[in-house]
Amino acid sequence: MAILADFKAEKPTWCPGCGDFGVLNALQRASVELGLDPEEMVVVSGIGCSGKLSAYFGSYGLHSIHGRSLPTAQGVKLANRELTVLAAGGDGDGFGIGLGHFIHAMRRNIDITYLVMDNHIYGLTTGQTSPTSDAGMITKTAPTGAVEEPVHPLHLALVTGCGFVAQGFSGDIVQLATIVKRAIAHKGFSFVNIFSPCVTYNKQNTYEFYKSHVKKVEDDPTYDAGNRFAALERVTEANALLTGVLYEGDRVTFEDGHAKYSTKGLATQEHTLSDDDYVKLLADFR
Amino acid sequence: MTKELGWKVGGEQGAGIDSTGEIFAWTMHRLGYYVFAYRHFMSRIKGGHTNYKIRVADEMISHHGDELHLLVAFDQETVSVNWHEMVDGGVVISDGPMKAVDDRPVHLYEIPLTSLAKEAGSAIMKNMVAVGVTAAIIGLRPEDFLTVIEDRFAKKGQEIVDSNLNAVRKGYDYYNEHFTTRLTLPVAPPLSPNHLYISGNEAIALGALAAGCRVLAQYPITPATEVMYSLVKYLPEYGGIVVQAEDEISAVNMAIGANYGGTRSMTCTSGPGFSLMMEALGLAGMSETPLVIVDVQRSGPSTGLPTKTEQSDLYEALYGSHGEFPRIVLAPTTVEECFSYMVEAFNLAEKYQCPVIVASDLYMGMSKGSSDLLDPGIVKIERGKIVTEDQLQGVVRGQFRRYEVTEDGISPRAIPGQKGGRFIALGNEHDELGFEMEDQTMRRLQMDKRARKLAAFAELEGVAAVGTYDAELTLIGFGSTKGVIREAQEALLAQGLHVTHVQLSVLAPFPTDSLRPFVQGARALLVVEVNSQGQLASQIKLHLGCHDKIESCLKYDGDPLLVSEIVKRAKEVMTVGNPS
Ligand SMILES: Cc1ncc(C[n+]2csc(CCOP(=O)(O)OP(=O)(O)O)c2C)c(N)n1
Ligand code: SF4
Ligand SMILES: [Mg+2]
Repeated sequence: MAILADFKAEKPTWCPGCGDFGVLNALQRASVELGLDPEEMVVVSGIGCSGKLSAYFGSYGLHSIHGRSLPTAQGVKLANRELTVLAAGGDGDGFGIGLGHFIHAMRRNIDITYLVMDNHIYGLTTGQTSPTSDAGMITKTAPTGAVEEPVHPLHLALVTGCGFVAQGFSGDIVQLATIVKRAIAHKGFSFVNIFSPCVTYNKQNTYEFYKSHVKKVEDDPTYDAGNRFAALERVTEANALLTGVLYEGDRVTFEDGHAKYSTKGLATQEHTLSDDDYVKLLADFR
Repeated sequence: MTKELGWKVGGEQGAGIDSTGEIFAWTMHRLGYYVFAYRHFMSRIKGGHTNYKIRVADEMISHHGDELHLLVAFDQETVSVNWHEMVDGGVVISDGPMKAVDDRPVHLYEIPLTSLAKEAGSAIMKNMVAVGVTAAIIGLRPEDFLTVIEDRFAKKGQEIVDSNLNAVRKGYDYYNEHFTTRLTLPVAPPLSPNHLYISGNEAIALGALAAGCRVLAQYPITPATEVMYSLVKYLPEYGGIVVQAEDEISAVNMAIGANYGGTRSMTCTSGPGFSLMMEALGLAGMSETPLVIVDVQRSGPSTGLPTKTEQSDLYEALYGSHGEFPRIVLAPTTVEECFSYMVEAFNLAEKYQCPVIVASDLYMGMSKGSSDLLDPGIVKIERGKIVTEDQLQGVVRGQFRRYEVTEDGISPRAIPGQKGGRFIALGNEHDELGFEMEDQTMRRLQMDKRARKLAAFAELEGVAAVGTYDAELTLIGFGSTKGVIREAQEALLAQGLHVTHVQLSVLAPFPTDSLRPFVQGARALLVVEVNSQGQLASQIKLHLGCHDKIESCLKYDGDPLLVSEIVKRAKEVMTVGNPS
């Protein structure tokens, strides 16, 4: 059985205090607690400070290009459905340049987990407005305040039919690890949005802000995570400042929806055609 | 000399033109003939002129031919647009009264195809009536078409088969009662055991399947969608899967992910989609992840002429994407090579751990032809430097040197799931372990390592030549134009001119050494290509110089090259080159 040390790799270069440490930490704990083998796991990340996660986590990794972690991760999973596959990235990566893939990954429902380190800012490129920057937020590219309506990732996930929608906070690693565990265990596409403060470029969405504003759904006995529309209402009422598993439901995965798709990982098999196969295949052309 | 018959059916798009062509072509193919079929169509569903040219020959051909002996016209536009292709003595069948374009000796026979079809049961069978008329003119019997009719209609019941055959008979009898002109069909060659009627797109799909490709991610686009149709049929039968991606960016990244995950995967597209893949191409190059992209080129730029052929993505295939990384660009020159080069493409992608682009085009992809040469016996799967569990024994986890600086530039590759092989594949510059870094020495080592990978590339010769080095004129082309250039060469040889033909099927790494003696030896060179800028000519100049003897024969109006166009341009060039 793998221990915590097995899920550690390169030493992170994030700014001290960066929320992404908490995400890494929670993912490591979740993996240990699920009894996963780091070499049966792949983390595909995008580009951004958040995208470095794959290098710091002890599994196989693919540090892809900006906004494309989801298609790449789906490709990995289709190549070998026996692997545990995660995609990870930032709010710019996932809700800006890569937003289209997010919607399609949810409706496609391939069994992977998507972690977004949502710091409401472009960290790696040193502080430009992000698609989740709050209206009015002042950044280098919006010196008089952001004018556009932010993207609402939880709402998008809920209305797109995503089978697992959750939100965590890097300041609460215990809760986040529990959420990530459930997300990985969920069969189908699972989405975890994570408030992961950028201590360097976002002075607005800070640890203190989240600590005093965020409510956990676990603490609310009336919260029903099995009801998509109720979840939509509650998320809206709370201005999306809720954490926990917000919705979980059953949906047929893309893999299972394709009845003939090999139940064994394709990558673990040899793929050659026999003489009989050719006779059959070429008959169409005679 | 090849003996042949040029046949064409034309009319309004959506009016059954395709099925008429297919029934005729399949029948001729099954009789042992070599058939080449080219569809001229427009980017709309109904209306607009469409035609289907079928060339029937007693030898293998890979061009639809310049000439027409028999034209079936369902409307006046068909007559007007195609009249100039008619040979003297040819026959035009018109479904109703139509006008000749000039007074050349071409027979224009009005035959009530639609009314005869109605008599047989339904107006939609007018295509079957046209087939019957064709049979009468070229000396076949209605029964010769029976097996093809059965293949198409047996599912719908014997009654439908019978009424279709009856419609063929009606056309046959009507012609014989009213007309006497016959055209000679060449004698059918003996039926070869490997006689297949297949398109480039179908051969590409089969080649991918044979190569072990089990994940296809693709976004629909003409003329590449048929590759997807074929693999939608094949892959599930072999446990594989097809994803219709949300766009080509997604498609190519999925293919990269799947190849990284250890399963051979590809994406297939045409120009607009290929452009969307440029950034990811660099990811495959930098992360050294095998990747196969098929670009079935069409006329650009932008949406261009979306249903017309072109070879104008060569620069993009060779240079597209930012930064510098090795890549392989193949251009199959025949339908057989569409099959065999796909197997090569996957082997090369894994051997060299780099992107391989297979540049086909609409003409190659959507034309269907008879071939005896597609050979599954050539398939051999070679996966390059994938490490074995044994080789990973004793590697401390996290210490696997995925990007080890090796002499041949190719590093050992682990597949997720392998114990001890953990590494990060990445688009950032990295050290041997795959850690992102900015050390100048390591940067140079890694850049040079990647560049070194293709230094010894010698897998495919990339050059097929007929003729000697010291020709008066050497014709050079790449990809799908092999057939038409070969025929132009034959025509020029028949006129006593000393002409060589060289066809390139590998464009990167450029086959400089194989090409050199031809370029240096010839008095003049005519580079024939379906684009406006002479993209291949520029490559030859870049790698081999000789600017002053390189001329171009270019076509970029949407129609495929004709033999006569090459012959004409060749003669112009030779006259200028040899003032007498
Ligand atoms: C195609 C492309 N466009 C732009 C960039 C530059 N870029 C790198 S990261 C980034 C934004 C990062 O923000 P986010 O995704 O929120 O990640 P964070 O750094 O905040 O974790 C941008 C714009 C790029 N690498 N690629
Ligand atoms: S810039 Fe912000 S997001 Fe990036 S490492 Fe520093 S704190 Fe984290
Ligand atoms: Mg961000």
